[in-house]
Amino acid sequence: MAGFDKRVASYAEAMEGIEDGMTVLAGGFGLCGIPENLIAEIKRRGVKNLTVASNNCGVDGFGLGVLLEDRQISRIFASYVGENALFEQQMLNDEIEVILTPQGTLAEKMRAGGAGIPAFYTATGYGTPIGEGKEVREFNGRHYILEEALVGDFAIVKGWKADRYGNVVYRHTAQNFNPLAATAGKITVVEVEEIVEPGELEPSQIHTPGIYVDRIIQGTFEKRIEKRTVHG
Amino acid sequence: MALTREQMAQRVARELEDGFYVNLGIGIPTLVANYVPKGIDVMLQSENGLLGMGRFPTEEELDADMINAGKQTVTARPGAAIFSSAESFAMIRGGHVDLTVLGAFEVDQEGNIASWMVPGKLIKGMGGAMDLVAGAENIICTMTHASKHGESKLLEKCTLPLTGAGCINRVLTDLAYLEIKDGAFVLKERAPGVSVEEIIEKTAGKLVIPDHVPEMTFVEE
Repeated sequence: MAGFDKRVASYAEAMEGIEDGMTVLAGGFGLCGIPENLIAEIKRRGVKNLTVASNNCGVDGFGLGVLLEDRQISRIFASYVGENALFEQQMLNDEIEVILTPQGTLAEKMRAGGAGIPAFYTATGYGTPIGEGKEVREFNGRHYILEEALVGDFAIVKGWKADRYGNVVYRHTAQNFNPLAATAGKITVVEVEEIVEPGELEPSQIHTPGIYVDRIIQGTFEKRIEKRTVHG
Repeated sequence: MALTREQMAQRVARELEDGFYVNLGIGIPTLVANYVPKGIDVMLQSENGLLGMGRFPTEEELDADMINAGKQTVTARPGAAIFSSAESFAMIRGGHVDLTVLGAFEVDQEGNIASWMVPGKLIKGMGGAMDLVAGAENIICTMTHASKHGESKLLEKCTLPLTGAGCINRVLTDLAYLEIKDGAFVLKERAPGVSVEEIIEKTAGKLVIPDHVPEMTFVEE
C-alpha cells in the first residue's frame, strides 16, 4: 500500500530534488491548466539555468513568467511566447534561448518521450526554418523531418482530481499538455484540486494512469483568465 | 469595393459543408463561425483540445478551464469532445480535419505560405499553424490582397520565412477568390465592384484569368 501512496505533504517535498541545469516539462496552455503552485515552489527554491518545455511561458508575474524575474530559465521549448514583456526583453538580450517548436510537434515530442520513442518523422515544418538542419526522409512522395523526443528531469502537471495511487483526471480544456508532460518526467509531480478516495475515479475515465506519477499534492489555485470573453 | 472582414467571413462560410470538422484561425477566420449557412451543421476544432467549440459563455458559465486556442473563454456545444494536445494534433496532422481557415502575410503561386515571422521584428512563435498547414488537404487562406502601401501579398515566391511549403490551394482576399493550381493563381471570383484590372495590378504572382470572372454577391443579414 505505502509504495502506491504518492501523496506528499508540502510543496517543498513535491519539488524535492530539483537542481540547477535540470529540464522541466510543464503542462498548460496559456494560463489554462498550469501548475501554478509547483511553479511558485521552483521560484522559491531559486534553481537556475533550467531548460523548460511548455507551450507558452506565462505572462508577466504569473505562470512560468515568474521564473523569468530571477532569470531561472536559460532555455525554453515553446510554440508561442507572446503576451510577456519580460520574456521579450530577455529574448532580445540573448539571456534566454528560445527553441520555437510547432505546437503539435511539441506535444508529440513529450508523448514520444514518455512512450520510449526517441524520435519521429513529421511533415510539420518541412521547407520552413524549423526544418533546417534536420534529417529529411520521403515517405509515399511526401517529405518529413526528424524530430527528437523530449524527456524531463521533472514534469510539473496540473490535474483536477487524483487518488493517492496517482491516477489523474483533468477538467475541461485544462487537460491540454498536462497528460503528455506527465508521461515524460523522470519525476512527475501532479498538483490537483482534490485528492479523492481510491475507487472514486471511474477506471475507464482516468486520463493519466498512476504508473506515470511519482508525487501528488492537493493545492488551491487562482486560475487566472487570460482573455475573458462573454456572450451578449 | 474591397470586401469587409465580415464579407470575407461570409464568403468563406459558403465553402462549409454539412458534417465538416473545421479549424478556424485567429482573426477573420474566427468570424466564419458567425455565418454558417442555415441547415448545415459543422463542428469547430480548437487545437488546444476541443472538438465542438460553442459560443462565448455567459457571466454565469464563465470558466477558467474552458478556453479556445486563442485563449478566449468559450463553451462546449452538445456533442463536443475534449482531449489532450497530442490527440488534437493527431487529428490535425492525420488529415482528419475537413477544412482549415487561417490568415497569412504572404502566399505564392506554388502554394507556399508565410504567416508567422517577419525578420527584424519580434518573433512570437508559430503556435499550431505549421501543424495545421502540414496536415490539412483543404485550406483557405484569408488575407488582404495587398499591403497598405499597395504591395501585393500574392507572390511568385514568398519573401518571408515559410509556415508551410506547397500546401495552400485556395485564397480569399478582400478583392478576390482564387485557387492555386499548376504554379499559378486562378481568379475565380471578384469582390463586388472590383475590376479584373485592379486584381491584375495587385497580384505579383502568375495569374490565370478565365473568360468569365463572376462578381461575388452578398445579401444583407
